[in-house]
Amino acid sequence: MSVMVARKKVVRKWEKLPGRNTFCCDGRIMMARQKGIFYLTLFLILGTCALFFAFECRYLAVQLSPAIPVFAAVLFLFAMATLLRTSFSDPGVIPRALPDEAAFIEMEIEATNGTVPQGQRPPPRIKNFQINNQIVKLKYCYTCKIFRPPRASHCSICDNCVERFDHHCPWVGNCVGKRNYRYFYLFILSLSLLTIYIFTFNIVYVALKSLKIGFLNTLKETPGTVLEVLICFFTLWSVVGLTGFHTFLVALNQTTNEDIKGSWTGKNRVQNPYSHGNIVKNCCEVLCGPLPPSVLDRRGILQQEESTAQEGSCLRGPGTQEPPATQGPGQAQEGGMKQQDGSIPLPSAVPAPSVADTEKPEEKQRTPGELPVPPPDAGRAEH
Amino acid sequence: VRPCTICASLATKVFVQRDYSDGTTCQFQTKFPPELESRIERQLFEETVKTLNGFYAEAEKIGGSSYLEGCLACATAYFIFLCMETHYEKVLKKISKYIQDQNEKIYAPRGLLLTDPLERGMRVVSFGQRGAWGMARVKGDWAWVLGNWAGPSHR
Repeated sequence: MSVMVARKKVVRKWEKLPGRNTFCCDGRIMMARQKGIFYLTLFLILGTCALFFAFECRYLAVQLSPAIPVFAAVLFLFAMATLLRTSFSDPGVIPRALPDEAAFIEMEIEATNGTVPQGQRPPPRIKNFQINNQIVKLKYCYTCKIFRPPRASHCSICDNCVERFDHHCPWVGNCVGKRNYRYFYLFILSLSLLTIYIFTFNIVYVALKSLKIGFLNTLKETPGTVLEVLICFFTLWSVVGLTGFHTFLVALNQTTNEDIKGSWTGKNRVQNPYSHGNIVKNCCEVLCGPLPPSVLDRRGILQQEESTAQEGSCLRGPGTQEPPATQGPGQAQEGGMKQQDGSIPLPSAVPAPSVADTEKPEEKQRTPGELPVPPPDAGRAEH
Repeated sequence: VRPCTICASLATKVFVQRDYSDGTTCQFQTKFPPELESRIERQLFEETVKTLNGFYAEAEKIGGSSYLEGCLACATAYFIFLCMETHYEKVLKKISKYIQDQNEKIYAPRGLLLTDPLERGMRVVSFGQRGAWGMARVKGDWAWVLGNWAGPSHR
């Protein structure tokens, strides 16, 4: 068909995801928009460790033990690995409801509450659920058009609903939620240990060297030491405190968000229904529990035709995102249409995440020619 | 002339919501939706949803093996996930095979299509009308067809 343009751009779903995230490496990396403080974190860690390895370690490895830099290296690598994992992974973003699902939920809500006259803001939509003998309210998210699961919250910075939302951390440049909380905790834990380690051995270095050449000379020889000690000192107070706080939260199976809001404290509030009552069990669940995979199919291929005004966003694969939410109702209808029309060519190119993406473009080019014909005929035939 | 998609899709799909009575674990409501009254037997529907719930419970089970996996992963600074699939991912593959199987054996003959909850962010299980032009076979784990509503049978 002449309508179908031969030129097909391979567009991946991450390019059309709503929300204020940035994606790198073709969708493999997912972060918040503001990354400045994250770069500062990286700079501080890398800078301090570089100074430590370059100066103090050389002296201490010879004078005391070669195990010192080795252990420091292990701690450093672990801290970096967990930091990058926290920053780059999907925190547990809940994809927004597609138009049909959103409409279905609206219908259900209207059935229970009755329609609200135009212009009036509808009352907050809340569903009550009973979990482990406690009543928990589920709130409706107007942006994502879903009833948020318990413990989920909408991050205003990233504009996404995140499961088991803890907080948005600018230091890691991402939200901390269900999928990356353990990495975040391990990061602050290993960073605390690393900071204490570097701080301690800086003191030891200065003490040892001062005995030989005097305090001021030591500082003159390795001025980096002063800088390291300063950074470690301030980091200690903040990061170690944070680690302590999160250890407390993990032990009680609470999130920062719940703690701040006081969801489970106070005499009129319900008890935390998610806690097992046992500290060890809580820790095991939070840190070693099963890791749910991301339901945002960031690297799935979205077929984009370069013809006319119709921007088809055809559904495929898991965790589909429907851009019409941001494009407006007119486009939503077209998007919806495209789904139905696009269903024939697209499913043949629907990738499972594990399937190689290279197969898809060829398949997509094969089938679009059939596109316009079947649906109207099928529709008419049925009528 | 294309039919109104929003209206059509309302009637096309039935969404089975999550059941949070057991906490945040992934479970779906087994309550039989009235819209499916004439389309499928209650018992088959309940069996499908209960089996799915069982799979998700297995995926999210907190026990010896999940702890072992978690600790091993932590010890390798999570690099092991570059070569190994998590237990959860393995179960999700089983689920999608089960759904494909159910669609072939039970739902397609009744003109319905069950979609994998993973495609909806694990929020709902949707039952849709299978399109007149049939089900497209796909490479990979998930079968996906979006059907158009066959009007007359439901007026």
